[in-house]
Amino acid sequence: MHIVDGALSTPVVLVGAALAAGGLAIGLRKIDADRLPEVGMLSATFFVASLIHVPLGPSSVHLILNGLVGLVLGWAAVPALFVALLLQSVFLGYGGLMVLGVNTVVIAGPAVLVHLLCGPGVRRGGPRSAAIWGGIAGVVSILLTAVFVALALAATGDAFVPAAKLVLAAHVPVMLVEGVLTAAAVVLIRKVNPTLFEPAEPGAPVLEEAEHV
Amino acid sequence: MHRTLEHAATSWKGQPVRGGSALVTVLDPRARVVVAFGLSAVVVFAGGLLVPAVGLGLACAAVWLARLDRRATVRRVLTVDLFILVMVLMLPFTTPGQVVFNVGPLAASAEGLRHAAAIALKANAVVLFSLAFMSTMEAVTLGHALARLGLPARLVEVLLFTVRYLEVIGREYKRLRAAMKARAFRPRSNLHTWRSFGYLVGMLLVRSLDRARRILAAMKCRGYTGTLHLIDAMRLQRADGFFLGLAGATAAGLVVLDLVGA
Repeated sequence: MHIVDGALSTPVVLVGAALAAGGLAIGLRKIDADRLPEVGMLSATFFVASLIHVPLGPSSVHLILNGLVGLVLGWAAVPALFVALLLQSVFLGYGGLMVLGVNTVVIAGPAVLVHLLCGPGVRRGGPRSAAIWGGIAGVVSILLTAVFVALALAATGDAFVPAAKLVLAAHVPVMLVEGVLTAAAVVLIRKVNPTLFEPAEPGAPVLEEAEHV
Repeated sequence: MHRTLEHAATSWKGQPVRGGSALVTVLDPRARVVVAFGLSAVVVFAGGLLVPAVGLGLACAAVWLARLDRRATVRRVLTVDLFILVMVLMLPFTTPGQVVFNVGPLAASAEGLRHAAAIALKANAVVLFSLAFMSTMEAVTLGHALARLGLPARLVEVLLFTVRYLEVIGREYKRLRAAMKARAFRPRSNLHTWRSFGYLVGMLLVRSLDRARRILAAMKCRGYTGTLHLIDAMRLQRADGFFLGLAGATAAGLVVLDLVGA
């Protein structure tokens, strides 16, 4: 869900930019040189995922996957998602330039929250509970994204309240799809490479792992 | 539907410029970034309708000067317009004010119409500005320009890695999809499809991260210590000064126009 330029009032745009800048500052501090390729990969995955359309009823939805990105990256998801949004708006024209801050908050905020909320559940416990927590992460991230968009619209003016409600309603099916999808992705990752969800320690021995690949 | 699915991952590369060089592409990337953001800001934060309308005209002129591929540009703009269509159509009926016309029980207000028009003008102007000035440079060049303009080095590095991996991931995605297709998978609206896509994304992540770690190891072998050295020769030429001056004067003119008009 991208908000375009011109739709939001100036205070909303400025608050969004300030929040995004704060999030970026925190996120960038979590990225050391060893993690850089990982963050770039996840950012690129988010970008590519948004071009994947999944059939849903008579229509189709494109994936957002901010929940999954959050689960893997934590706070580092903010720079990753910001970069993907920047590239999308510059090269594809999705979203806008002035609303980049708001769009970052709308997409990356839920990613970080989901990481804090569902991260432990996904890491610990059996595959079944990990799948459930993954599903929750998928649903909640989209729900929060829709709520943030609706709030940004509603804060802009009362005239946008019906549009905000429409945004919330339109995201319900997306929540369903992303929930199932994220749960499945979590199950697979847990089975194939569970280290992906481990909180990255600065200076972790990346090289030794790489030898076996 | 299937055709769009298969082509979905290829459209990230941005706009090819027809004929190689255009008036815009000889300019310094930093100047283009600054002008794109500056003019967008003036248009977006304008109060009246006049400045967004003039801005859209300028953006169209910029697209013309940039000699963008016309069909691709129209397609991108239409995507954005479809996106805002619902909101723009709803707005006149949800804004209280002087009634202009009625559709059934709904009344459209003049204020709402004006607001909807402003959104449509602004959104299109910004998209065209960024397509004309920025999408015409390589993504890596954009990264360098942003670094030279003072964006944190780490953030630029994330951008450069992302750009590098977009193609890798896109190719990996297509490979996995081809493997699914070979096993007669057809996306439908059911649980099986969504779960399969979940596995697809999970596998994409696992493979990509394995690859990222191998790349990191290879980079370390070649002396990577955590800094990407940006090697470029960006120097402002006389044409850039002229371009920046012209754009600055235009922006100032638009701000004055907005203040006078409002």
